[in-house]
Amino acid sequence: MLENRSVRALVARRKLVHGLLILFCTFVALVAFYPFFVMVISSTHDNFNIVSKINVLPGRHLAENYERLTRNMNILVGIKNSIVLSVAVTVIETYFTVMTAYAFAKFKFRGRNFLFGVILVFMMLPGQLGIIGFYKEIQALDMMNSYFPLIVPSIANCFAVFFYKQYMDTSLPTELIEAAIMDGCREIQIFHNIVIPLVKPAMVTQAVLTFIGTWNSYLNPLILLNEKEKFTLTLMIATVRDATNAEYGAQYLGMVISVIPTVIIYCFGSKTIMEKITVGAAVKG
Amino acid sequence: MWRSKRARYAYLYILPFFLVFLIFKLYPIIYTFVLSLCDMDLLSGKLSFVGWSNYTRLLNSEYFFRSIGNTLLIWIMSIIPQLTLAFLLALLMSNKWLRGRAIFRNVYFFPNLVTSVTVGLLFGTLFSYPGGAINNVITAFGLEAVDFQNNQMLARMVIAIAICWKNFGFNIIYFTAGINSISNEVLEAASIDGAGWWQKVTKITIPLMKPILIYVMVTSIIGGLQMFDESKLVFQSVPGDATTTMIKYMYDSAFVRFQFGYGAACAYVVFVIIMFFSAISMWITRDRDKVRPLGGKRGRK
Repeated sequence: MLENRSVRALVARRKLVHGLLILFCTFVALVAFYPFFVMVISSTHDNFNIVSKINVLPGRHLAENYERLTRNMNILVGIKNSIVLSVAVTVIETYFTVMTAYAFAKFKFRGRNFLFGVILVFMMLPGQLGIIGFYKEIQALDMMNSYFPLIVPSIANCFAVFFYKQYMDTSLPTELIEAAIMDGCREIQIFHNIVIPLVKPAMVTQAVLTFIGTWNSYLNPLILLNEKEKFTLTLMIATVRDATNAEYGAQYLGMVISVIPTVIIYCFGSKTIMEKITVGAAVKG
Repeated sequence: MWRSKRARYAYLYILPFFLVFLIFKLYPIIYTFVLSLCDMDLLSGKLSFVGWSNYTRLLNSEYFFRSIGNTLLIWIMSIIPQLTLAFLLALLMSNKWLRGRAIFRNVYFFPNLVTSVTVGLLFGTLFSYPGGAINNVITAFGLEAVDFQNNQMLARMVIAIAICWKNFGFNIIYFTAGINSISNEVLEAASIDGAGWWQKVTKITIPLMKPILIYVMVTSIIGGLQMFDESKLVFQSVPGDATTTMIKYMYDSAFVRFQFGYGAACAYVVFVIIMFFSAISMWITRDRDKVRPLGGKRGRK
């Protein structure tokens, strides 16, 4: 009898603790979500409503805000530029870094360990170390305002090479390549028809992150591009405050638009993104 | 046998990478160092060698040291709540009784999808004075609106909150991976031996998660000390440049004031500072007693 009651009390206490903890999780989730909520709701209101009160329901000024936003900046051109740039970077970077990683994973050649050591060291260096020299170099090469210096240098992504090599070491059977050589397959065919299909899972994860990273990059486009027609969406959004001149609804709408692409990608690739993050931790941990 | 014959293909395969690497990665880094030893004439663009004078000027600059202080302050204000919150939530979400874990994880991760440029603008607008969304909430409680932008500490705090908001969900994923890699047998054995919840966390979970903790610490130091986008975009002018970070200072020196030599010196000093702090954090969190994660996923893939 007594035992029964104490067990029941224990269960009740545990339930209370669980309830409080769930409440805590929910509270954090609400706080984390609030900025999104404000952003989306405010993009449909006019200035007066945004400044003077807490808005819960969507307003009727979306079209007006869009008109104000696009008066001074061509959002559609920005989206087009961002897509062109991000796709180009993703494709070129993926192709050449997989190629490099393949050489390191499946070939023995002189200088292999030294060169891979160089890649490991440069993986650790902060990205901004050489940025002033890079800027001066691009200026000297007369390539300002072109996408070339934003696309081509991405080939030298040390982390991607490291990541792909790690993957190939375990998931790309050497026997398969040997068999292909026996059958008289040409080297470049081996790379295109055997290596790339087998590395695809790793390519998808890395490519998604590269795409998002390029889409979001700010400092490099900021210093290299100064013609407005060349601006990426991120670069345009960064100027939204000056361009809209205290039109809060238009500013919020600009922010919402800048978030949409990554959210879409996330909806399709959330699993691969999560996996990549965990693999990164396991590799380095 | 066939390997040595095929070796020349390896060189062909790595050629594009290393060509680009030499031209656009290694050369700029070396060239930046050369620039840091020079002064550049603005009109002619001619370089003149000045030795270490850019460095001595930098190390005597009150502004530069202030920017180091700002960076560290903002970083500490964001990293402590960020990691604590992430660890707590990761622990909570490792419990089977918590329903809707997938939903929670996605909501927590969601802020990480927002471009740091947008995060900067968003928080600047949310915390604007007097009509920002946060001030609307504050005044709804009958309190007085706060001018975040014109208070040095509050302005830094807003940036710290923005970074914390963006990154805590990301760290949850790391921590969850770490917690999942701890085998259940160890925890069950501890339960049988009478260990409480707190003891299990401090004596088993945290020690076994050390590799992941180190990784998160080091990456967040390297990332946090390179803070730029938020510093540039949250508030446009803060009294005493209280939100100017090291990289922002470098950017201003080179691309606003066009002192490329000085900016280049700044880049190298910042690099040394970042290396210094990563080394310290590795030293603090080093494996003193060589604990290895039991049943961990080390070296997987």
